Amino acid sequence: MIELLKTFMNGLFQPSIALTLTIVAVAAMYRYRRIVTQNKLVASLVVASPVLFFAISAFDENFWIQFKRPDNIPIAGMMFLVVFFTWFALKLAVDNDDRIREGRPPKEAEPEEEEKVFVWPDLVYSELLCLLLVSILLVVWSILIPAPLEEPANPQLTPNPSKAPWYFLGLQEILVYFDPWLAGVVIPTFIIIGLMAIPYLDTNPKGNGYYTFEERKSEVFLFQFGFLVLWVFLVFEGTFLRGPNWNFYGPYEYWDAHKLVPLTNVQLSEFIWARWLGIGLPSFWLVREFFGIVLMLGYFVALPVWLASSFLRKYFEQMGMFRYVIFSHLLLWMILIPIKMYLRWTVNLKYFVAIPEFLFNI
Amino acid sequence: MSWLGNLKEKVGTPSQWYSDFTRTPVWKSIFRHKLPNDPKNRALVVLTNVFLHLHPVRMRKQGLRVSYTWCMGGISFFLFLSLTVTGILLMFYYRPTAQHAYPDMLDLMESASLGIMREMHRWGAHLMIITVWLHMLRVFLTGSYKPPREFNWVVGVLLLVLTLLFSFTGYLLPWDQLAMWAVTVGSNMARATPMMGAEGPGMQLMQLGDVPLITAGSDVRFVLLAGRFVGEGALLRFYVLHCLGIPFIFVILLAVHFWRVRRDGGISGPGKGGKLAL
Repeated sequence: MIELLKTFMNGLFQPSIALTLTIVAVAAMYRYRRIVTQNKLVASLVVASPVLFFAISAFDENFWIQFKRPDNIPIAGMMFLVVFFTWFALKLAVDNDDRIREGRPPKEAEPEEEEKVFVWPDLVYSELLCLLLVSILLVVWSILIPAPLEEPANPQLTPNPSKAPWYFLGLQEILVYFDPWLAGVVIPTFIIIGLMAIPYLDTNPKGNGYYTFEERKSEVFLFQFGFLVLWVFLVFEGTFLRGPNWNFYGPYEYWDAHKLVPLTNVQLSEFIWARWLGIGLPSFWLVREFFGIVLMLGYFVALPVWLASSFLRKYFEQMGMFRYVIFSHLLLWMILIPIKMYLRWTVNLKYFVAIPEFLFNI
Repeated sequence: MSWLGNLKEKVGTPSQWYSDFTRTPVWKSIFRHKLPNDPKNRALVVLTNVFLHLHPVRMRKQGLRVSYTWCMGGISFFLFLSLTVTGILLMFYYRPTAQHAYPDMLDLMESASLGIMREMHRWGAHLMIITVWLHMLRVFLTGSYKPPREFNWVVGVLLLVLTLLFSFTGYLLPWDQLAMWAVTVGSNMARATPMMGAEGPGMQLMQLGDVPLITAGSDVRFVLLAGRFVGEGALLRFYVLHCLGIPFIFVILLAVHFWRVRRDGGISGPGKGGKLAL
């Protein structure tokens, strides 16, 4: 029975299924926000879900091997904190949205909240309290769990798996689906630029200085999609579900370094020239990759234009040309990540455009 | 027993000692305020202290609420200070050379009694990354990056990136397998930088006649690692970046960040939050 359950859970954590479930869970949390924040049973289940998962899974000896690595413990803590604070912010937002609908100001704008108090002692006091609590946590943690130190560095001996530091594992996971120049350089750069651009792209004047969801639904959902799904979830996956050779291992599966995973990835050009047209690959790269290049031009050039007159019309009109161009490209890059993942899982697509002659693959 | 009464009178009570002590020239030269239990002295205690002066004298009640701020920015800053202190202590024991780095780690573990500095440093670093992320989440969800705080969000993103670089450069220093290969995986990405990496798209364009400008011995990864692989050059380079280079930029940006919080009207809030506070 338990073995069956473990096999089921291992299947559930397949990257394709787990990513889909995460997206559904985040969407459902915001869609059914009232139930999630006001029904005590649902609320406790949501907040406790990471704790329950880690606590129950720790009984499995294979999971325990990964969980007990000292560097992985903060990730378990992070999962709990991220879920808790997402839920907590949503609760405050739902309360405020109710107040706004009733014509009252958000809680943060109540007259008594506007009252001025002295920083000494009111703020200094809570800062001191925070400092003490964090110090205690840090000292206890440091006494209980020694920092890891492995064998001395040896350039001749590559560990399997070789993992980047845990906070970069989301990017290492993206490396499965994208070429290093995209996953390791361009996408991180776009993440940084995209984050810095947020205040200049978000033209919605509402929701400044208080928690709200209804006044800025798409902004919040977009950010949370990037943060919870494409960053935190991928960090979790890269830590606990990626083993030797960066193969997928279910949470309760033994990390067998000899696990064989067939490599069946196909380039878009091979799909079109060999499978559909049946005439084999042309030798000149421009002809060979013609369809892929057209597809990418369509995605990055034609699609934003079309979106400006359809789904994103509201944004185009609010933002103006310059801001819209930047916004739509950042958005399309972000969405390309799950698109590429799903294409890999369904049709084993390797690259849309593959020009190894110029080390250029998308 | 009158001698005892006299003695008591002469010695005084602790509250008398305190008031006597606060009247000495030494005390008065340090503290420019009296006991901060009235508005005037509560203002003075903040205004006359360079550290407390990061704060305003008065603030909206709403900005105090831990449910609003989660205190994540403050915790991140405290962790930064704690990491600085433990980092300085660790520097006493550590030599960034391939010969000494790992044995110094062993010495630190085995010889430093009750030593938890390395643990405090490592766990504090992990925790700081998490608190910085949560601080960003809070600032986003309260819309606090909206005018007039747009630029401070940008500074915050730079601080987030530097926090990750702090941790990444520090990751190499134990000079064990975990360190070397995590940094190898990370720095291999630099190879693929367009135009600047030896295996990046566009490197063929970077040629002078037949001479390639970008090779494994001259690309951006080589600059980062001071070599073609993670070796002693990289160790020194990461050490200097970790202990001096990044902190130098970080502290400057931190100063800008705090200064802007003050200048842009304190902790964000609805209503008058948009006004410039001077």
